[in-house]
Amino acid sequence: MIYLDNNATTKIDERVLDAMMPYFTDEYANPSSMYNFSKKASNALKEARGVIKDFVNAKDEKEIIFTSCGSESANTAIRGVLNYNKAKKHIITTKVEHPCVLNLYQTLEKQGYKVDYIGVNSNGDLDLEQLEAAITSDTALVSVMWANNETGVIFPIQKISEIIKSKSPETKFFVDAVQVAGKIPMNVQEMGIDMLGISGHKFHAPKGVGALYVNSKTMITPLIIGGHQERGKRAGTENVPYIAGMAKAAELAIDSLNYEMTEVKRLRDKLETTILKRIYNSRLNTGVANRVPNTTNIGFEYVEGELILLHLSDLGICASSGSACTSGSLEPSHVLRAMNVPFTAIHGSIRLSLSRFTTEKEIDFVCDKLPEIIEKITAISPYQDELAALKKLKNK
Amino acid sequence: MWDYTEKVMDHYRNPRNVGKINDADAVGVAGSLTCGDQLKIYLKIKDNIVTDAKFQTFGCGSAVASSSILTEMIIGKSLEDVKKITNKDIADQLGGLPPEKMHCSVMGYEALEDALKNYGYQDLDDLREPEKAEKIVCTCFNVTENVIWDAIKQNGLKTVEDVTNYTKAGGACGRCKSLIKDIIDTYYAKVKSDNQLSPTQRILKINNIIETQISPELQKDGGDINLVDVKDNKVFVKLHGKCSSCKNATLTIKRFVEQTLKNAMDDNIEVIEV
Repeated sequence: MIYLDNNATTKIDERVLDAMMPYFTDEYANPSSMYNFSKKASNALKEARGVIKDFVNAKDEKEIIFTSCGSESANTAIRGVLNYNKAKKHIITTKVEHPCVLNLYQTLEKQGYKVDYIGVNSNGDLDLEQLEAAITSDTALVSVMWANNETGVIFPIQKISEIIKSKSPETKFFVDAVQVAGKIPMNVQEMGIDMLGISGHKFHAPKGVGALYVNSKTMITPLIIGGHQERGKRAGTENVPYIAGMAKAAELAIDSLNYEMTEVKRLRDKLETTILKRIYNSRLNTGVANRVPNTTNIGFEYVEGELILLHLSDLGICASSGSACTSGSLEPSHVLRAMNVPFTAIHGSIRLSLSRFTTEKEIDFVCDKLPEIIEKITAISPYQDELAALKKLKNK
Repeated sequence: MWDYTEKVMDHYRNPRNVGKINDADAVGVAGSLTCGDQLKIYLKIKDNIVTDAKFQTFGCGSAVASSSILTEMIIGKSLEDVKKITNKDIADQLGGLPPEKMHCSVMGYEALEDALKNYGYQDLDDLREPEKAEKIVCTCFNVTENVIWDAIKQNGLKTVEDVTNYTKAGGACGRCKSLIKDIIDTYYAKVKSDNQLSPTQRILKINNIIETQISPELQKDGGDINLVDVKDNKVFVKLHGKCSSCKNATLTIKRFVEQTLKNAMDDNIEVIEV
């Protein structure tokens, strides 16, 4: 099997699993308990908080809250800020956010909040002028993903933060960093981020654990109310093995950042340029935009994405598509639509996302097989005349 | 991952009858590039028999499989038989499709219908049915009232969600959902009125139910029943044998006789012992 869907989820690193195991077996104590037996569990928690603090470059461990997933991190941050200061009713976000926050904002709109959705250009870059114009003193929150999950396009977080702080210093800034954790360096202090959410399973930790950074100047009302855990910001007995696993994964991610940004990028670029060169009806959906090193989003004109995925799957290759047919939603990806990807290519767009476990041999195999698959599917397309014209144009 | 049958997988992996017939006698098209799937079907017809069929499809696995199997289903068939094929037949031939993918089979049916229309073929049903409306209900996917009506009729669809799964209508902006609901309501109101019986037919039907479904059950306990009269929703019956003296008679009538008649006729029926 060749796994090129690492933006969906990743393989658990064996070293992560090893780091988790003791807390499933011998060291099962509740970290809050008052006996020596709980020492190892509470130390593991403390150490993990330190590692995640370093991972995002926070000032203080107290600014890290452990959660169950990226969605919980986002919900805690967004609802937390809004519930703490109910006077402000305006939110700014983007049209291309992950559904976990987009659907939350649609719910909040029904509850009386006004939400502005900032658009992107055809490369997927955010319209910063529109963003700046939208900020008012009533803006409670600006919420922007660091990188887009479908295209890998990185948004200029520091610049956005500067815009926010110059126009409305009281407005809080939440960054969904799920797709950058482990792919590019994160520095919440330098970037001027108030809150930042990550999810373990996107960087080789298991599913079911995440973290939220909330800086000391930002007050939130907790989403889950109960015990005193996480300094009262998130009740519930801490999931020690998973938190320990995520910390180990963060350590490994810090160590391999350089590899991600050079070697993973080299393989991604090789895959991308080969596909674009060998397949005449292909197009890079992101153009020249700045992207995370592991992701490429390519559109194939006059063919449909699900069929590409099914043929890839028959060869053991895992990828994903923004096509309507894969999701069952009937409409193609909201991200590609916001970018105005031409209607000839939007249904045939696929995402390939690598990891540090991806090998050159795997990339070469995909480079060999994908052109055959696209040729096979193109051959049954009813748009033969259009395809012939496209081929002529490309060969010029 | 969709739960596709082996047959669906076989057909998208190895689609049959792919291509274009340059001198086709009939061509049918359904869907569009913007909607995410399109099917073109080409037919050779001789002496009212489909002698060859080919297709070209832009679409997902189930769209290709639906097109492919459709060509197999119609080659060698008379136009009369081809005309009878519904989207349900296409899905059944594939061993079923996931509910969200039923619209692929509808696309096959639409393309076939389009081809027959372009060929000028009409059967008795077409002549009997009033002029079908070409009114577009869903502007996002260009779905006509006609297509929605056929999907409801052929598949017994009951909800707006069903209609969306089968025709895509209402699947994007959702503004036409209330129109779809109206079409469903109109269809079932029509079915109900079509099924309305004359007073004599109604009495005969009630009597038939009593004789074939109720009486044999009572006879098992040494009793019997016969119909005396029917006035509007009131059904007057007489009980015989053990039933007539049984203290539980009222209960028997209320529970069993009435429920049986309600199930077979309608919920307003009231049974009265005379």
